[in-house]
Amino acid sequence: MAPLPVQPQPPPRLWRSPEPKRHYEVVIVGSGGHGLATAYYLARNHGIRDVAVLERGWLAGGNMARNTTIIRSNYLFDESAALYNHALDLWEQLPAELEYDFLFSQRGVLNLAHTEQEVRDSRRRVFANQLNGVDAEWVEPAEIAELCPILNLSEDIRYPVLGATLQRRGGIAKHDHVAWAFARKADEMGVDLIQGCEVTGFETDGDRVTGVQTSLGPIGAGRVALAAAGRTTLLTDTLGLRLPLQSHPLQALVSELLEPIHPCVVMSNHVHVYCSQAHKGELVLGAGIDTYNGYGQRGSVHVIERQMAAALELFPIFAQAHVIRTWAGTVDVTPDASPIIGPTPYENLFLNCGWGTGGFKATPGVGWVYAHTIATGRPHPLNEPYGLDRFTTGALIDEHGAAAVAH
Amino acid sequence: MLLIHCPWCGDRDETEFHYGGQAHVDYPDNPNDMGDADWAGYLFLRDNPRGLFHERWSHTAGCRRWFNVVRDTATNEIHPETAGKVAP
Repeated sequence: MAPLPVQPQPPPRLWRSPEPKRHYEVVIVGSGGHGLATAYYLARNHGIRDVAVLERGWLAGGNMARNTTIIRSNYLFDESAALYNHALDLWEQLPAELEYDFLFSQRGVLNLAHTEQEVRDSRRRVFANQLNGVDAEWVEPAEIAELCPILNLSEDIRYPVLGATLQRRGGIAKHDHVAWAFARKADEMGVDLIQGCEVTGFETDGDRVTGVQTSLGPIGAGRVALAAAGRTTLLTDTLGLRLPLQSHPLQALVSELLEPIHPCVVMSNHVHVYCSQAHKGELVLGAGIDTYNGYGQRGSVHVIERQMAAALELFPIFAQAHVIRTWAGTVDVTPDASPIIGPTPYENLFLNCGWGTGGFKATPGVGWVYAHTIATGRPHPLNEPYGLDRFTTGALIDEHGAAAVAH
Repeated sequence: MLLIHCPWCGDRDETEFHYGGQAHVDYPDNPNDMGDADWAGYLFLRDNPRGLFHERWSHTAGCRRWFNVVRDTATNEIHPETAGKVAP
């Protein structure tokens, strides 16, 4: 077995804790990965450094701290493949650029197929990926056995593995360190990261937003950019702006620490579980959202039970592993399972929301295009299809079930 | 796991139910007269409160009937909305 990787040592001081100024050129609401990456690229790509990132809790303590850290870009539709693959290109260069080893590990992502129809759908996705320049392969069980020896490839299980798609450039990263890496560089360039500052509403003047109301008093803003994930509609409701979003619990769990045994990421849409092994040794498992709306950051036990049953059929070797911790994030789900990134009816208020179950992998890509949108007032070509108006025009990007994971 | 009160069958586990989203969203009276924005609103826009939410559930593994509850989306506390009434 390979030795455990050494955990990166964080630099002694990561960011300042400034008092908020009374006005900023740009205020970003939410200091998760998306808010931090957006602030970083606003400063780096557009020279906009009079920026505050406001966070009601602590930095990267929401969904960023709760995700299963998987990175891939094997989406079916052109718009999705372009956006997520842009993110993947950035992931590969970021450890050097941010001068921070956040343990980006391109160990490969297998998406299993268990039925004849799923084999056809998966092969179609591979072809679509290849046409879009996304690395993708179809692999047969014999090759899967070499890639992931602990996977149960018996033909006698309820849903035998008939093959899989493989994205070799996919993998995992250490999510907390990703956030801290972006935070440190944004801070160095003058961005104010302000924790314990809850945004409760907006100041408006006609069709312009002039600032935000916060638990630390009003803060004026030239432009306001939301990156508040599951709590986005709680903010837009105060403007009377209705969005096609529903907030749901999304659960994950980790096992006790195990020696390195699980060499890649394995996802199964059909039995619906995804599993990888964290750098430290925990198995990290996730599945779908709980069906009902919820802000409680906890979900239902039967969801965990089903995903563990699925995992045990695929990985009988894990039968004796203990679950150490379960938790849930609050994810905002759109009707077409694709995000909303772009302008609003308020000319200087921008939206980044609706990522549902898939936000982490997009972190640098969305930061890049959202910063462009905020800086120029217009969408970047990569997020142009992701406007709010698609729900009126009907130009949906319907990734339900097409995106290599069920939503 | 939620414990949900079916007006006909009583308290049952969440696994017996199917979630139906927001309650009281009526099919438009004159769909042919509606513009795209209004139709999009009917199809896609729903309330998403943190707090009390009127929602529909179907007792799919039981009596298969639809009904409404009021649930607090922060605490999951459930109040039967109109016990014994069929959902609209």
